[in-house]
Amino acid sequence: MATSVTAHAHAGPQGFIRKYIFSLDHKVIGIQYFFLALTAVWVGMFLSLLMRIHLLWPGVTLPLVGDIKPETYLSLLTMHGTIMVFFVLTTAPQGGFGNYFLPIQIGAPDMAFPVLNMLSFWTTFVAFVVIIAAFFVSGGAPLHGWTGYPPLSALQSAGPGEGLGADLWITSIAIFCLASLMGALNFLTTTLDMRAKGMTMMRMPLTVWSWFITAILGLLAFGVLLSAGILLLMDRNMGTSFYVPLVVVNGQIMGHKGGSPLLWQHLFWFFGHPEVYIAILPGMGVASQILSTFSRKPIFGYKAMVYAMLAIGFFGFMVWGHHMFMSGMSPYSAFAFSLLTMCIGVPSAIKTFNWLGTMYKARIRFQTPMLYAIGFVSLFVSGGLSGPFLAQPVLDIQLHDTYFVVGHFHLIMGVAAIFGMFAATYYWVPKMFGRMMNETWGRIHFFITLAGTYAIFMPMHYLGIAGGTRRYSQYTEVAYLQKLMPLHQFMTYAAIITIAAQFIFVINLFWSIFRGPKASDNPWESTTLEWTTATPPPHDNFGGVTPVVHNGPYEYAVPGAARDFVMQTDPAAGTTH
Amino acid sequence: MGLALLVVIWLITLASTYFFVAKTWWLPAGASAATGFIDGQFTLTLVLMGIVFLAAQLSLGYLAWRYREEPSAPPAKYSHGNVKLEVVWTVLTTILFVGLNLMGSRVWASQRFDQAGPGAVQVEVTGMQFAWYFRYPGPDGKYGATSVKLMDPSAGGEAAVGLNTSDPAAKDDVVTGTMFLPVDREVDLSLRAVDVIHSFFIPNLRFKQDAVPGLNIHMHFTPTAIGEYEIACAELCGLGHYKMHGMVHVVSQGDFDKWLAAREAEKQ
Repeated sequence: MATSVTAHAHAGPQGFIRKYIFSLDHKVIGIQYFFLALTAVWVGMFLSLLMRIHLLWPGVTLPLVGDIKPETYLSLLTMHGTIMVFFVLTTAPQGGFGNYFLPIQIGAPDMAFPVLNMLSFWTTFVAFVVIIAAFFVSGGAPLHGWTGYPPLSALQSAGPGEGLGADLWITSIAIFCLASLMGALNFLTTTLDMRAKGMTMMRMPLTVWSWFITAILGLLAFGVLLSAGILLLMDRNMGTSFYVPLVVVNGQIMGHKGGSPLLWQHLFWFFGHPEVYIAILPGMGVASQILSTFSRKPIFGYKAMVYAMLAIGFFGFMVWGHHMFMSGMSPYSAFAFSLLTMCIGVPSAIKTFNWLGTMYKARIRFQTPMLYAIGFVSLFVSGGLSGPFLAQPVLDIQLHDTYFVVGHFHLIMGVAAIFGMFAATYYWVPKMFGRMMNETWGRIHFFITLAGTYAIFMPMHYLGIAGGTRRYSQYTEVAYLQKLMPLHQFMTYAAIITIAAQFIFVINLFWSIFRGPKASDNPWESTTLEWTTATPPPHDNFGGVTPVVHNGPYEYAVPGAARDFVMQTDPAAGTTH
Repeated sequence: MGLALLVVIWLITLASTYFFVAKTWWLPAGASAATGFIDGQFTLTLVLMGIVFLAAQLSLGYLAWRYREEPSAPPAKYSHGNVKLEVVWTVLTTILFVGLNLMGSRVWASQRFDQAGPGAVQVEVTGMQFAWYFRYPGPDGKYGATSVKLMDPSAGGEAAVGLNTSDPAAKDDVVTGTMFLPVDREVDLSLRAVDVIHSFFIPNLRFKQDAVPGLNIHMHFTPTAIGEYEIACAELCGLGHYKMHGMVHVVSQGDFDKWLAAREAEKQ
C-alpha cells in the first residue's frame, strides 16, 4: 500500500489554471463540484418557485420565463427534477464532499486516479451546460418529466419541447452517466487501495463507507441509464423502436412498431431506485459522523450501521418495480417487488434506531452541524414512513402519481439529503476554507428551513390522500382538485419563505469563507483523520507524512483518556475497535 | 438549544399528526366494492406508521433536550451499542413491515390476479391526448375491429378510436365521451392508449391503471353507489394532461339499459 501511495503523490502546481481550473487535486475538484451543485440548486430552486407561483396565480407573467403556458410549467418541473436529482443530489454529497474528504479520511494523499477525477468533474460540467442549453433552443425544454417516459419522450410531435430540447436533455444525462462512472471507479479504487496503515475497513468513518457504497451503486446503475438513454436517442432520431409501438399522435401514424414503453420504465427505474440511495447514503454517513461527534459518544452499533448501508445498497437493486405497480406490469411481480421493498425498511429502521441510541446518555453540543444532523434524522423518519404506504401495490391504486408520492420523495431524497449537505457544509467548511461559519445565522437558517420544509412537504401527503394528482399545471379543470387549492396556497407561501431563508445560508457561506473567524485544525474536537492535519490541508493532505491509524473512528468519552475524544491516529488510546 | 429543538420537533410532529387524525383532507367517498379493503389497509398502515412516527420524532426531541451539554451534565456514556437491542429491533421491524405487506398483498391478489366474471359489463377505455373514449360492444357482445389508419382524433367518437365500420361486429358498437356504468355490477375494462401513456384514475371508485400504447390491459371493478364521479389522468401525457378529464355516471341497471338503447338508436 505504501508504494502505491508514493507513486500517486504529485507536486502542487503553481499556475492559476492548473491550480484552480484544471486541477488534479481532489480537494480543488471537490470544491468545484460543490460550487457546481450550489449553482445548480439555485437554478432548481428558482424553477420550483416559478412552479409554486404559477399554481396560485396562473395568469401572472414571471421574470425570465414570461407567460407560463401548460407546457412551460411541465418544462419547469422536468428541469427542476432533472437538475436537482443529477446536479445537486448526486453531485454535492458524492462529487463534492466525497471527493474532498474520502482521501483525507482514509489517510491518502489524493484519489487513485487524479486525471480521471479532473475529467469526471469537467464532464459533469459539460453535462450541466448541455442541460441548461435545453432552455434556450427552439421549442424550449422538454415536458416529459424527469422520468422521461416514452412514447411521450420519444416522439418529437408529442408536445412542445420534445424536439431539440429533449435531445439535449437525454444527451446531458448520458454525459452525466459517463462522468459518474469515472467518479465511481475512482472512489472504489481509492477506498480499496489507498487506505493508510491501520485503516482497516472496519475503522473507516461511516462517511467513507457511505461514499464507498454509493460508488458501487453508481457504477452499477449509471451504466444502465446510459444504455437506456442511448436507445431513447436512437428511437428519437434513427427510426428504431425500442420503446415505441405502433402509435398515432394527432391522427398521424408514427413510423414505429413493436417497441415496449415498459422497457424504458424497467431500465430507468433499475437506475432510478438506486439513485435514491445514491442521494441519501452520503447524508446517512454525514449524519452518523456528526451525531457521534456532537453527542461526544461513539456511534451506536457501528457494525450494524455498516451492514445496514450494505443491505440498503443490495436491496436497492431489487425494488425498482415498486415504481411500476400501475404501469401494466404483471400483478404477480408487483407482489415480489412489494415484499422486497418492505424489507428495505428494516435496515433503514436500524439506522434510525442507532442514531437515537447514539444520542441516548450523550452530552450533546448544539452547533449548527448537529442541528442539521438532527433535522436529517427527523426528515428521514418522516419521509421514510410514507414508504410502506407506497410499497403496497393496493395502496398505490389510490396514491400512485399523486402528491403523496411527491411529498414522500421530497422529504426523503430531497430535503433529508439536502439537510445532510447543510450539515456537511457547516461541519467541513472550516476545514475546507480555514474559516468558521457564523453560528447565530446558522441556527436561524436551520429553524426556518426545518419548519419551512415540513410546511411545504407535509401537506402534500394530505393532498395525495384526497386524490391530488401531480404534474398538473392548473387545477381548474377537475372539480375535486379545485377544492384542494387551500393546501396549494399554504405550500406556496411556505415555499416562498423557505426559499427566501436560503439567502441567509449563501450569505453566511460566502461571508465566512472570506471574513469568518479563523478555524483551528480541529474546531469540533472530532476524531477522524481530516482533523489531524492543517486547516486547510496542504496539497498532499498530510504535509509529507503518512498517517498511521490506531483507533476506530468514533472514540468519544473513552474512560481514562486525557480528553473526551481519542483521535484515530492517537497511539495511546488502547482501544482496538 | 436542546429545548428549542424539542419544542420545534414536537410541534411539527403534533401538527402533522393532527391533520391525519382529523381527516381534514381525506380519501374521497368510496363508491366501489374495493373501498372497504383499500381504505381498511390504508387506515391500518396509517395507524402503525403513525405510532412509529410519533415514537421516533417525540423521542428525538426528548433525547436532544434531555442529554444536552451543561456544566452539571455527566460525561457521555462510553458504549458502542447493544447487539441484543439491535436484534430485537430488527426482528420487530421485519415482522411489522413484512406482516403489513402480506396483509396488503392479499387484497391486491383479490383485485388483480383474477379476471372479471362472465356477467360483467364490458367497456373499452381509450386514452389519447387529451381525452378519454368509452366503447360498449353492443348487443352482440363483441367489439368491432379498429385500425390506426382510421383514427381521427379531431372527429371524435367512433373515428377517434379508429372504428372500422365495415366490420359487422362494429355495427352495434357505441363510442361515447362519458362513461356510464350500472351499479353493483362488475365491470370488465379493456384499457388502451393510442399515442402516449395515460392513467385512468377514478378516485371515488378506488381505481387506477395506466393505459399503455401497444397493450390492451384488462381490469375489473364493481361500482356500488349511484352517482357521478370524476376521472382524472394520472400519468403525465403532455401539455393538456391537467385537462384530460372525464366523468363516470353510475346509474341503476334500468337507467343504464335505457341509456345504452338510446345510444344504439342514435347510431341507426
